Amino acid sequence: MNFDFSEDQKFLAGEARKFLSGQCTSAHVREVLDNEDKSYHEALWKQVVEMGWLGTAIPEAYGGLGLGMLELCVIAEEMGRALAPVPFASTTYFFTEALKLAGSEDQKKDILPKVVSGEVVGCVAASEGVGFPDPSKLSVSFDGSKVSGKKVPVTDGDVATHAIVLAKEGSGASLVLVDLTGEGVSRKKVDTLEPTRSHAEITFDGAPGTRIGAAGEGETLYNTLLDHAAVLLAFEQLGGADRCLEMATDFAKERYAFGRPIGGNQAIKHKLAEMYVKNQVARSNCYYGAWALSTGASELPEAAAAARLAASEAYWFASKENIQTHGGMGFTWEVDCHLFYRRAKLLAVQAGSPKVWKEKLVSALERKNAA
Amino acid sequence: MDFNDTPEEAEFRAEARSFLEKHLKLKDDNTPRRGAGADFLKRAKEWQKIKAEGGFAQITWPKEWGGRGGTPMQQIIWNQEEAKFDAPTGPFTIGLGMCVPTVIAFGSDEHKKRYVEKALMGEEIWCQLFSEPAAGSDVAGVKTRAIKDGDDWVINGQKVWTTGAHYSDYGILLTRTDPSAPKHKGLTMFIVDMKQKGVEARPIHQASGGREFNEVYFTDVRIPDSDRLGDVGQGWKVALVTLMNERLAVGGSPGPDWSEIMAYARETGTLTDQAFREKLADWYVAAQGYSLTKLRTQTALSRGETPGPENSIGKVITANQLQDICNSAIEMQDHYGIMNDTETMPKNALFQQSFMWAPGLRIAGGTDEILKNIIGERVLGLPQDVRVDKDVPFEDLKQG
Repeated sequence: MNFDFSEDQKFLAGEARKFLSGQCTSAHVREVLDNEDKSYHEALWKQVVEMGWLGTAIPEAYGGLGLGMLELCVIAEEMGRALAPVPFASTTYFFTEALKLAGSEDQKKDILPKVVSGEVVGCVAASEGVGFPDPSKLSVSFDGSKVSGKKVPVTDGDVATHAIVLAKEGSGASLVLVDLTGEGVSRKKVDTLEPTRSHAEITFDGAPGTRIGAAGEGETLYNTLLDHAAVLLAFEQLGGADRCLEMATDFAKERYAFGRPIGGNQAIKHKLAEMYVKNQVARSNCYYGAWALSTGASELPEAAAAARLAASEAYWFASKENIQTHGGMGFTWEVDCHLFYRRAKLLAVQAGSPKVWKEKLVSALERKNAA
Repeated sequence: MDFNDTPEEAEFRAEARSFLEKHLKLKDDNTPRRGAGADFLKRAKEWQKIKAEGGFAQITWPKEWGGRGGTPMQQIIWNQEEAKFDAPTGPFTIGLGMCVPTVIAFGSDEHKKRYVEKALMGEEIWCQLFSEPAAGSDVAGVKTRAIKDGDDWVINGQKVWTTGAHYSDYGILLTRTDPSAPKHKGLTMFIVDMKQKGVEARPIHQASGGREFNEVYFTDVRIPDSDRLGDVGQGWKVALVTLMNERLAVGGSPGPDWSEIMAYARETGTLTDQAFREKLADWYVAAQGYSLTKLRTQTALSRGETPGPENSIGKVITANQLQDICNSAIEMQDHYGIMNDTETMPKNALFQQSFMWAPGLRIAGGTDEILKNIIGERVLGLPQDVRVDKDVPFEDLKQG
C-alpha cells in the first residue's frame, strides 16, 4: 500500500510552501484585491515562471520540467493555500492540459515551450450565460477558420494571450485555439465576487482560430479536460480549506469570551471537528483523483468528480464557518477570512458547480455498473 | 502512488488466503451480517482455536503470548482477507482486542499464564464492564462500589451495555474504591469471574427489538485482591489502556452502503430521481473519503510509520451515513416501507433492520459528540470542556 505522495513530492510541496509564505502573503494578495487596475500579481507570476512551475507536468520535449501530475497536484495545494493571485490554474490546469490532451504535434511544439517561458498565458473560454455550458446550445461558433460570439466570464481572460474556446461547429462543438492578442478579439474586464482572480468578457468577431482535436470532438474533449482540471482545482480547494481550519482553530484558542477561549465551547469545537472531517474526506478523495490522473486510470471520471465534490464542500464549509468563528472581526475587510470565502466560491463554480458534478459522478457510477 | 502490496505483504496475504480457503467458505448473499445464538458461539470458538493454532490470531502480539510477532500491516491484511469469508469472529473482538491486552499490560505473571492462552485459543470469552446507567460518555463516573474486606474486595453495583456478558467467562471491571477522592482518582480495576454467584447478566431489550447487550448486576460479589489490575486508585490509568484499543475494536457499519441503495434504486426506478441522485453522490463521496483515509493510514503502517489522527473521522461518517441511507430507502418505499417482515420485504428488510440499529451505532464506542470532542481537543488542540467535577470529592458531586 503506497497511497501517499513520495518523499520527493513532499519535499517539493515544502519548498513551494516556503516560497509562497514569503512571496505570496496576504499583503501580496491584497495588492491585487485593493487595486482595480491590477489583474494579477506580476512579480509573483514572474517568479513562478522562473521556477519553471508552469512546466511541471509538461514533457521535457516541449521545454517542461517533465515531472508529473502528482507534482503539479502538490504545487496546486500550496497555490490554493496561499490564495496565489496569478493565472496559474487557467494556464496549467486548463490551457496546458487541453493542449496535452488533444493538441497536434505542431501546436504542442509551438505553444507549450512558450507556456513554460511565460510568453503565453492561457485560459479556457466556455461559459456564455447562466448555467453550465451546454455544447449543443452554444452561441459562440466556429466556421473552420474563424470564431464569432461572446464568452463571459472567462477566468484570466483579460490577461491571457491565448484562449481555448468551446465553440459550436456544424451540429456539434469543437475546441478552438485563438490568439487573444490578434484581430477580431475585444475584451472587457468584468466585476466578480473574487477580485484577486481577474475575469473578462471576450467578444470574438471573426477571430482566426485553429482546432484542438477534431471537428465535433469538443464536447468529449471538454469533459475529459474538466476531469483533469477538477483534480487540480480540488487540490487548490483543499489547500484553502486546510488554511481556513488553521485560522479558525488558532483564533478559537486565542479569543477569550466569558473568561475563556471560545474553542472550549462545544458549539465551536464541534464545528471545527466537522471542518476537520470534511477536510480529511476531501484530502483522501483528492489523493485518489491524483492517482487516477497520474496513471491514466479508467476510474478518472468518478475519482475526479469525488475529489471535486469533496473539496468544494470542504472549502465552502471551512470558509463560511471560518468567518463565523471569527465573529464580527471575520466580517471586516482587513481580516483575511473573506478572501477564502471569495476564492472558495470561484473554485466551486468555475468548472461546473457541485450540482453538475454530482450528476457526472452518478452517471459515471451507472456506466461502471452497467459495464 | 499505487495500491499494491510490497512483496512481503503479498506473500503474507497469499499465506493468509490459502489458510482461510482451507478452513472457511467465502461469503455470499445468504451469509448473515451479524451472527448470533448458541450455534454461532460454538462455531466462533472453533474458528478461534484453528486461527490461533495456525498462527493467525492476534498477529501483532509477541510470540510469548501466542501471537505472531507480526506487524500492524499484517493484521490489517489478515482482517481484509478474513472479512471476505464467513468467519464467526464477533465474540472475541472485545476480549482479545481490549480486555486481554489490558491483562497483559497490568496483570501479574500468574494472570498472564492463567488467562492469555485460554482466551487466544477460544476457550474463554471476555467482556468489558465499564459503562453504567450514570456513566456513559462520562465513564469515569462509575458508582459500582468495591470495598476491601480482608484479602477480598466486595462488589455491589450495576453495569450496562456489556456486549456478550451472558456468554462471557471473565470480565475486566471498573469500580469505585474511594468515593472521597475526585472522580478519576478513586477508581480501581479488577478481573472478575462472570460465572460466580452474585453476578447476574440480564439482556437489555434494545430499541431495535434485539437483545445483544446486557445489564450486569453485582451483588456482594467477592474478588480476591490478587485479581486487581494496577494499583488501588489507578483504575482510570488502566481503563485508558483498554479504551485506547476500543476505536480499533468497534468497527464500521455492517449495514447497507451507497452501492446497495443504488442497486435497489435501480430496481425500483428511483435512480432517475434527481434529488436521489444528488444524495447518492454525497454518500459515495463520504464513503470513499473514509475508505481512502483508511488506505492512507495503512500506507503509514506499511512504511513503518505512526499513522496520523485522520482515522478518527471513521465512525462519525459511517454511523450517520447508515442512518441516512436507511431513512432514504424507507421513504423510497413510501407507506410500504413501514413494514418490517424479513420474509416478505425487499432485501429481507435490511433497510428497516439497519434503520433501527443505526441510532445505537451513533452512540456505541463513543457518541458523535464525544468523538467530535476528541477530534477538537486531541487533534486540533482546542481547550477541554469546562469540568465542574475536577478536584471535587466524587461523593460531593451533583447527580441526576
